[in-house]
Amino acid sequence: MDKISIRLNERAMSVEAGTTLQKVRQDFKPDADVVILNGFPFAGDAELKDGDEVVLIRRGKRPGRDELQALMVARHGPGLFEKVKSARVGIAGCGGLGSTLAVILARTGIGSLLLVDYDVVEPSNLNRQQFFIDQIGELKVKALAENLRRINPFVEIETCELKLDRANIPDVFRKCHVIAECFDNPHTKREMAVAVMKYLPEIPLVTVSGIAGFWSANLIKTRRVFQNVYLVGDTETAAQPGRGLLAPRVTVAAGHQANIILRILLGEGSSQEEGGDENSREWQD
Amino acid sequence: MARVVLRRRVAMKIRVNGKIKDVPDGLSVIQLMNHLKIDAQNVAVEHNGEILEDKALTQTILRPEDQLEIVRFVGGG
Repeated sequence: MDKISIRLNERAMSVEAGTTLQKVRQDFKPDADVVILNGFPFAGDAELKDGDEVVLIRRGKRPGRDELQALMVARHGPGLFEKVKSARVGIAGCGGLGSTLAVILARTGIGSLLLVDYDVVEPSNLNRQQFFIDQIGELKVKALAENLRRINPFVEIETCELKLDRANIPDVFRKCHVIAECFDNPHTKREMAVAVMKYLPEIPLVTVSGIAGFWSANLIKTRRVFQNVYLVGDTETAAQPGRGLLAPRVTVAAGHQANIILRILLGEGSSQEEGGDENSREWQD
Repeated sequence: MARVVLRRRVAMKIRVNGKIKDVPDGLSVIQLMNHLKIDAQNVAVEHNGEILEDKALTQTILRPEDQLEIVRFVGGG
């Protein structure tokens, strides 16, 4: 009998030539009520061809840990998946940057996230932060943990309701592989950099400065500024009355943070971020 | 004697964020920032590879060939 190779729910397998879509559904997931063939929903039946990709879904049924992991391995490659699975990332502040970063890292399969914030969700936060309107008034760390579990329930999430300062930062983040500074206040941003450089010099810190307004998103860059500190932003554009924080640039910056964190965890080094370009280190003021 | 001559120099070369600058001799880090018109609010400063805490910004006197990395934080997150 001739065999053909197909992918069923992201897993490679071989079936006999002439096998139809409905036969595969019957054999592997008879309760599936959504059938997707090569990326499109498919209502009828068809003979499968070599290389076809089939996804069978039971609407409303959550995949288990193994199934979800298999899907992520298929998308991200086994090397990436294994490395990030055992990583623990600390997120200092769960506002526009922190909540968006946490969502990206959960989707990327980071094994463990530590969320630290003392604040509650306010109506004005909804312009850029990853909360829902029915979460107004809830503690940010609690609301965010809830949302992350709806995305990927297998990410280990630890929450900490705390106002961070230079004295408590070392203890809170001691066990993290990477720390992300996601504060709003420039003084606290500075305190974080000093505390991590002084007391946790082995742990990379990804910090942010200059993301307000709607100037070009191309000005937002990632640079390695100190031995263990990376800086994301345009370094200049402060939030101030008349120049607020908007979802587009804040999301770009959180994406930069997520990407350099991923690169650090994968041991990619930082040659592309090293020193940045000379002009970016010059002071314009 | 050589040391005395050095002290009388009115300018020295130091490296600030990768660029060589001619600056007056004997400045503290905070004075240097004033001299270069760098806003000293919310800055993290590394002096020859070592992070400076608040007091050290006023107490550290710069010497020729010193290297400074200065990062200033602005609000928004």
